Amino acid sequence: MTDTRALDPEVLPVGLDGYLVRFALTPEPAAMTAARRFATRIEEATPEGVVEIAAALVSVLVRFEPSVDRALLQTHLTGMAEEIVSGPLDLPAPTRRWTVPVAFGGEEGPQLAQAAKAAGLTVTQAVDEICAADLRVLTIGFAPGQPYIGLMPEHWNLPRMSELNPSVPAGALVVAVRQFVLFGAESATGWQQVGRAAFRTFVPERAEPMPLRGGDAIRFARATADEIARLSEDNDRMGGAQLEVLR
Amino acid sequence: MTALTVKRADGILTVQDMGRPGHLAQGLSRGGAMDRRALLEAAALLGARAPLAAIEMAGAGGQFSVDAPTRIALTGAPMSATLDGEALRWNATHLLQPGQLLQIRGARSGVYGYLTAAGGITSEPWLDSRATHLSIGIGTPLAAGDALPCGDDPAPERPAHGLAPESRFDGGTIRVVDGPHTALFDADVLEAFYATAFTRGPRGNRQGVQLAAEARFTTDHAKGLASDLIGPGDLQMTGDGVPYVLMAECQTVGGYPRIGTVLPADLPIVAQAAPGAMLRPRRVSLDEALAAARPEEAELRDLAGRCAPLVRDPATIHDLLSYQLVSGVTAGDDLDRG
Repeated sequence: MTDTRALDPEVLPVGLDGYLVRFALTPEPAAMTAARRFATRIEEATPEGVVEIAAALVSVLVRFEPSVDRALLQTHLTGMAEEIVSGPLDLPAPTRRWTVPVAFGGEEGPQLAQAAKAAGLTVTQAVDEICAADLRVLTIGFAPGQPYIGLMPEHWNLPRMSELNPSVPAGALVVAVRQFVLFGAESATGWQQVGRAAFRTFVPERAEPMPLRGGDAIRFARATADEIARLSEDNDRMGGAQLEVLR
Repeated sequence: MTALTVKRADGILTVQDMGRPGHLAQGLSRGGAMDRRALLEAAALLGARAPLAAIEMAGAGGQFSVDAPTRIALTGAPMSATLDGEALRWNATHLLQPGQLLQIRGARSGVYGYLTAAGGITSEPWLDSRATHLSIGIGTPLAAGDALPCGDDPAPERPAHGLAPESRFDGGTIRVVDGPHTALFDADVLEAFYATAFTRGPRGNRQGVQLAAEARFTTDHAKGLASDLIGPGDLQMTGDGVPYVLMAECQTVGGYPRIGTVLPADLPIVAQAAPGAMLRPRRVSLDEALAAARPEEAELRDLAGRCAPLVRDPATIHDLLSYQLVSGVTAGDDLDRG
């Protein structure tokens, strides 16, 4: 159970057609859980006139049609947010789970050893913990389909590196601040690359260009570099990622 | 089907429509035309019920031809345009015949001009939109030789129409409402921001436009802020306190504080401000902004009501004497075809 006393949700206008339901200004774990719970709740019971719901780490954007009674919607959202922070703050049970093959260490994860050491673990322990963790897609952003995945236990609260990784390849699994990013394209990053997946989170021509959704459970499965190379040849670039629908 | 062929591309030409809303949760911003009003004006001029996919021309146009008679609308940043050497009026429709060469040169003011064929571009949509989204590799700039499929003109005989556009091509006042981060800025910073006459800075593209001034506008709360959802119109302060207005192809999530949001109705002014143009932010209340807001469908209806058939000034018709001015019955579209 997370301490929820500090959470003071706000419902703030965004432009002319949105409200932002914000649980904190900084990325506190309790606020992340609250935002995810709120997003799940409002996706299941979407108020009339709401046209879009998108969750960031600690906030949820609700966009609506101009005809909506703004005051009524604001009251409704405030009530929902208050209910969320006063209730148990566990992550909602996921409705979907992905298993994503990842090759750890070596050329596929050149910073695995230093990340493990910073977390106070051996390399084997580190990979075991990553593959055993109960992880969720916390948010998707900065590029289409690109997930922020977490949260790892507190000893994975690794700072961003002061020296940027000038270039990590598409599929790089990088870690910092108890989270992973699975990069959709070659990028520069201050996070440490611990592995690489063949799964591409954004493929425009695929039937589902951006298959991940906020709240999806993620399980990383150990694979060899050869297996990842072979899975990379799949046309759909799903890279062996398997989806289970849980309920 | 009608093909609209790019014979030469001088500016950065991309196919744009009203974009693909609804995918923020998956990290995809709406994209679409930088000056949405210009697509509404084109639809109004052409008598279309909804905006059509068009060619957005950044800075300059190029040379174009068609393989079937079709009307075109020229809207957005006024550019010098000629049809087989004859000057064409901007903010108007014209009939293009196969074999004729449409030439569109540099913008006289503003940044983004639009060339819309009456049947609209009908290339294969992606997620229900044909908009090129350069930053994520959806589509590419058009190049010489590209032939764009367009719908046939439903009414090529419809007389040419013109429209006096809302002035927005030399900067101006941009109305801004407070957003979720406004309260992070001290009152004196907000006051200074709204007292500043900015110029459109040298940095700008379909993702964002820099506002330049000597002053910097920072907040002590910028460090450690959780990344949040962002969108077109947001006035984002980079780490050194330089404001950027986020535009059509902005990311969906960002970590910088935002001082407010430019009203959608005023975003075309930002889009069309060329480097050096003056932009003055004016803080308005949400109530004032809502009272002034018009849905785009309503704006299109208003614009359609303001379109009028083009009356050509005889003084500008060089082959005046070749027209049947008095006698005989004509199809009534001579002047349009002239």
